[in-house]
Amino acid sequence: MKKILANAYLYLLLVILYAPIAIIVIFSFTNSKTIGDWKGFSLDLYASLLTGGAQHASAISTALLNTIIIALIAASLSTILGSVAAVGIFNIKNRKVRQAIQFTNNIPMINPDIITGISLFLLFVSLGISGGFVTVILAHIAFCTPYVVLSVMPRLNRMNPNIYEAALDLGATPFQAFRKVIIPEIKPGMISGFILAFTLSIDDFAVTLFTKGSNGLETLSTYIYADARKGGLTPELRCLASIIFLTVLILLIVINRRSRKNETKTTY
Amino acid sequence: MKLSNLITKRSNWVIPYVLFLILFTVLPLLLIGVYAFKSNDGGFTLQNFVKFATQSEALNTFIYSIGIALITTVLCILIGYPAAYILSNAELNRNKTLVMLFILPMWINVLMRSLATVALFDFMHLELGEGALIFGLVYDFLPFMIYPIYNTIQKIDKSYIEAAQDLGANKLQIFTKVIWPLSIPGIVSGILMVFLPTISTFAISEILTLNNKRLFGSIIQDNIMMSDTMNYGAALSLIMLIIIALTSVISNKEDDNINEGGLI
Repeated sequence: MKKILANAYLYLLLVILYAPIAIIVIFSFTNSKTIGDWKGFSLDLYASLLTGGAQHASAISTALLNTIIIALIAASLSTILGSVAAVGIFNIKNRKVRQAIQFTNNIPMINPDIITGISLFLLFVSLGISGGFVTVILAHIAFCTPYVVLSVMPRLNRMNPNIYEAALDLGATPFQAFRKVIIPEIKPGMISGFILAFTLSIDDFAVTLFTKGSNGLETLSTYIYADARKGGLTPELRCLASIIFLTVLILLIVINRRSRKNETKTTY
Repeated sequence: MKLSNLITKRSNWVIPYVLFLILFTVLPLLLIGVYAFKSNDGGFTLQNFVKFATQSEALNTFIYSIGIALITTVLCILIGYPAAYILSNAELNRNKTLVMLFILPMWINVLMRSLATVALFDFMHLELGEGALIFGLVYDFLPFMIYPIYNTIQKIDKSYIEAAQDLGANKLQIFTKVIWPLSIPGIVSGILMVFLPTISTFAISEILTLNNKRLFGSIIQDNIMMSDTMNYGAALSLIMLIIIALTSVISNKEDDNINEGGLI
């Protein structure tokens, strides 16, 4: 009895939690201006989103492309920066220095987006750099890299430190030892870090808004914000929202599977 | 030769990231402080803070935001704690996928989730406003409360519970004397993850109340984007930062494991 009540509570919460998303997805499959007005099943909205038939479609597809390019570049660069940094942090002997770096690494994760966004906005203003692609990517690297560091660190903790030394003793250059010994060990962490960074970047709204400048650069989030602010949502955006929900969902399931796989591996 | 020595020492590999952190994390935060005390002609001033204390709009919004954030946080604890407890209790739930379903929405853009809330209210023909705002905020931040509490309860050493049982505690006593006190660090991290972002929210309140109710984040955004009120915006951000720092310091005493790992 207790179990039934407990589960009923959980499922009720889940229904409430997912109802709004479900409504958007459902009403992306009907050609109506407003949500709640079901006009029969149709893929018209998807078609007009993809073919550019809609009035705003070209703006939407540009925003989509920007979002993906920014996420790919930012995630790649933060994976490199974060992985190298993790190896460095791992080898710092001085406890205080190590803690100080780890503390600073945590700042972007604790700060609300708006503070990260505003602080970077002020940085670019005072350096006289006008906002655009480069500033957005730098900002995204700034809040993504901490997560990469955190995904790579556990792999290093688990690694046998003697293997690297052994490679050096056997005549490998540090670069070779890094490529042949360390990279294979931390690779799963790097991949998880990359996916995490990619997801965070796609998902970001506040930081992008403050660093994108006024030259008309829009990502999906900022475009949707501008659109929603004008009142009402362009119907095609329902499709886009559905696609994004699905993408994020798949990426997260992948990350989750990966981390669970790693867990089971270590128990052996 | 010198360069290769620099590279061979692996602790030096952290240097590029340290430089990056200084330039893109530490320096920007310091700049908030610098701009906050700057007048429009470039001199030092406290005028921005005087303006905050005397101008009713910002101050009222600030107090209103704290009120809304408190309500949201309390509701999240009331709704989230039982959920986290059930999820972490092996007798009641063994399903790991269920846990993931609760955590997933954390990773969907806040803006998207707010628009989804608007869609839900439209669909049910409910009016947008304060009610929608609180519903939307609880909806947005509930996973951030459930996750840390779930994590903490899960880590409680089962032998404590067995020991309590052996010593004759009943189920209620086990909960009030063992599980509840040990889950407090989780609640503290949950509060940190709900309360602070709620105050600084900007887009959510605009969308959910049709721009009628504004939270502190909106005021910051309005001012910082205008060149003539940028310093005032920075002062408001600094006030926000101080609250964050205070909350983190207080909660860090309670919660040592906040830095323990990522969110997944």
